[in-house]
Amino acid sequence: MRLIDLLREKLELTGTKEGCGKGECGACTVLIDNQAVCSCLILCAQVAGRSIVTIEGAEKMRETALLQQTFAETGAIQCGFCTPGMILSAAALLKTVRRPTRAQIKKHIAGNLCRCTGYTKILDAVEAAALKLETAKPK
Amino acid sequence: MSVIGKRAVRREAQVRADGAGLFTDDMKIHGMLHAAVVRSPVARGEIIRLESRSASRLAGFEGLFTYKNIPGRNSVPIVIDDQPCLAAGRVNYIGEPVAIVVAQSRETARKAAGMVTVVCRELPPLLDPLTARNHRKIRLYGDDNIFKHMKIRRGDVDSAFRLCDVIIENEYRTPFQEHAYIEPQAMIAVPNPDGTIDISGSMQCPFYVRKAVTTVLGLKDSAVRVVQCATGGAFGGKEDVPSLVACQAALGAWLLKRPVKIVYDRTEDMICTSKRHPSVVRYKSGASSDGILRAVEVEYIIDGGAYATLSAVVLFRGTVHSVGPYRCENIKVDSYAVATNKVPAGAFRGFGSPQILFAVESQMDQLAEKLGLDPLEFRRRNILKRNDVTATGQKLQYSVGLEDTLDRVIRVSGWNPRSDREKDTGFGLSTIFYGVGLGAGGKHLARTGANVIMNADGSVTFSVGTTEIGQGMVTVLSQIVADRLGVPLDWVTMIPTDTSRVPDSGPTVASRSTTMSGNALLDACTKIRTQLIDEASLILGCRPDQIILDDGFARTETKSIPLLEVIKACTAKRRCLAAEGWHVSPPTSWDDETGRGDAYVVYSWATNLALVKVDRETGEVDVRKIWAAHDIGKAVNPALAEGQIEGGTLQGLGYALMEEMAVDSKGKLLNTEFSTYILPTAADQPDIVPEIVEHAYPDGPYGAKGFGEQPLMGIAPAIANAIYDAVGVRIRDLPITPEKIWRALKDTNHKDRISGRDRAHS
Repeated sequence: MRLIDLLREKLELTGTKEGCGKGECGACTVLIDNQAVCSCLILCAQVAGRSIVTIEGAEKMRETALLQQTFAETGAIQCGFCTPGMILSAAALLKTVRRPTRAQIKKHIAGNLCRCTGYTKILDAVEAAALKLETAKPK
Repeated sequence: MSVIGKRAVRREAQVRADGAGLFTDDMKIHGMLHAAVVRSPVARGEIIRLESRSASRLAGFEGLFTYKNIPGRNSVPIVIDDQPCLAAGRVNYIGEPVAIVVAQSRETARKAAGMVTVVCRELPPLLDPLTARNHRKIRLYGDDNIFKHMKIRRGDVDSAFRLCDVIIENEYRTPFQEHAYIEPQAMIAVPNPDGTIDISGSMQCPFYVRKAVTTVLGLKDSAVRVVQCATGGAFGGKEDVPSLVACQAALGAWLLKRPVKIVYDRTEDMICTSKRHPSVVRYKSGASSDGILRAVEVEYIIDGGAYATLSAVVLFRGTVHSVGPYRCENIKVDSYAVATNKVPAGAFRGFGSPQILFAVESQMDQLAEKLGLDPLEFRRRNILKRNDVTATGQKLQYSVGLEDTLDRVIRVSGWNPRSDREKDTGFGLSTIFYGVGLGAGGKHLARTGANVIMNADGSVTFSVGTTEIGQGMVTVLSQIVADRLGVPLDWVTMIPTDTSRVPDSGPTVASRSTTMSGNALLDACTKIRTQLIDEASLILGCRPDQIILDDGFARTETKSIPLLEVIKACTAKRRCLAAEGWHVSPPTSWDDETGRGDAYVVYSWATNLALVKVDRETGEVDVRKIWAAHDIGKAVNPALAEGQIEGGTLQGLGYALMEEMAVDSKGKLLNTEFSTYILPTAADQPDIVPEIVEHAYPDGPYGAKGFGEQPLMGIAPAIANAIYDAVGVRIRDLPITPEKIWRALKDTNHKDRISGRDRAHS
């Protein structure tokens, strides 16, 4: 069984979306040990003992919670189907690079297809979240 | 403070950010089964038999249904009634639905469908619209394989061309463009014990879906209820196709008396669902030495695929836009929608206009060059302005902001066409327009309903017949309702679009939702507002015209009371704080013989400027920046308007540079995955500078016009023009791939890829 099926069918966590089933669109992105991975390409046996974060856990993680906020505020969400995967992908970047450049963000989320937004406001949202993360750092 | 013009956050933003908000496949119904489609393996043929024995033996198999099982009529009518729900004998494209398999799991259904063999007598297919048109032997549609022929005749082109100082004549070609919405097609059908059936799914047009299901199941409109689920992108790809998908779910559900869900596999979706019509355009334009466009002669052929579906109306829009946003006295246009053995082409953002505008705007630059004028000056001398007459003889009485969009782009970009620039970089311009709404080609559908209920606690719910597909309709309409009723935005909620709540309101297409549903809502809200103001005037002891409703208060110049108090009084007196609204479009007209008429109620306008750099070694194009200014009448929500500009611009970039679906000699689509059908990713994204211009449309809500499609339409020619400016090669067939540029650069004669003749007047 694929991880995406375990999440959506067995655990009824339908926040992770299936766009292509072939790892080509990124809609099904989840974090496995803080790495962004297409859950349609992972078999359940591969995740034994690993930590998985789906969009349902977003509010519990600082990076994803901030991204949810900035995505909504900047208008980075149109149809919303790519949004969960996009947020988790961006979160993986923000965990390793605190103030990524726009070029770095573009490269990192290039595996998450969005057909609605043209990516402009998505990039704005990731930058805004990165800024909030930075300014909220304990002194 | 009015909420109109505010950058209000989308109503669904939080829900979507949580991954919630019920897309079709997120829904599970108790006892639900799954359907999959058995499809034609050949582009043209006669079905001999289906072999399904091994499929039917799979554990979990529940049923196989063909056209013989259809209780109603085997037809999914769109415009012309030629498309079957399931093929009955003849198949006309690879992927055409032949049978439905229902099983206990999606996996089993798909596996079983794959095990059913469609045994066919293969027939030679027609794949090229130029060959198919008037084909002597093979009849796909009528006598000549032409779904529709349209014309424009104005002035005298032959005489006019003789007087032109410059004539440019070329052929342009554009391919299939695939919508690639990230959420595949999906529908759920739930039959009820009382003989009704509920359909929910991913769609733009609930009333189209209802019509299809009533036809196929032989039911009355009142027996079918269609509710739209959250829809993950559409762009026209979910205009008519969901009607077919819904029937595929509904047939099994009806016959087995169980809920049935169907979700398309991505590859299946890419092979079997509609796309932008491929086109061939033969364009001849002439101008006089004073820089005035004098004559245009066009042959515009769109490849409709196996069934007519929307081709006739795509052709209408393309024909009306075939001269571009310019004055021209002598016009001869012949346009054709032709049948071929490929998947039926359909609606895609722009709906027949991106293809023709690619030709128009490429021609304009070439004319300018021959005249010795820069592309900006040439356009300034010809663009339509208020009180001008269009190619179809329509006088533009209001809301013509094209020149303003041009001025804005020039100002914001700082572009000077005559100044030097960095080596191998270039600027390219396009000026375009877009008829808002269904126009004369769809006038019988141009009506919309709404209803609004204000509850005793002040909260407001409303329903319309158009759908949210990511464009932000829910928010824009909520802002309109909030403003008209004088309540805070967060008091207002839209109920998911449901055919049982409003009368048939037509489709969510043609950028019509803001104007049509907006006006229907204003109609309803005005009736409620009258009740509120009436009551408030009694409480405040003043005339009704002295009262303003604003942000939850009823105010006069001196007094102010909470609106809740007014509502309480209304409720106590049993006033009705609910109403229905109805909007019918102003008249349009069209003469089939001459192509004259007031084709659309109003037009939106846009100027695009692209800055590119071309790599001479590889032919790759780096689009650095695109400025896009759009006259949209009034931006009810500027953030959402920008979102449309940014999203549409990038789809236009994909159309220009990377997107095409190729077909082989047997009619098979060759690149049907996201890895082979190349879409722009974040890495391909240029700087996009959206600009909003507002020339109010008097009949639009707050002056607004629709424009959701327009951002895509002018990008391809702007980029093509920029490439020419950069390295001197003109490519006239999309997409403009690195290979095409590289070959053109290598060709020592700089001859264009598709032979074009340009000659000076002799």
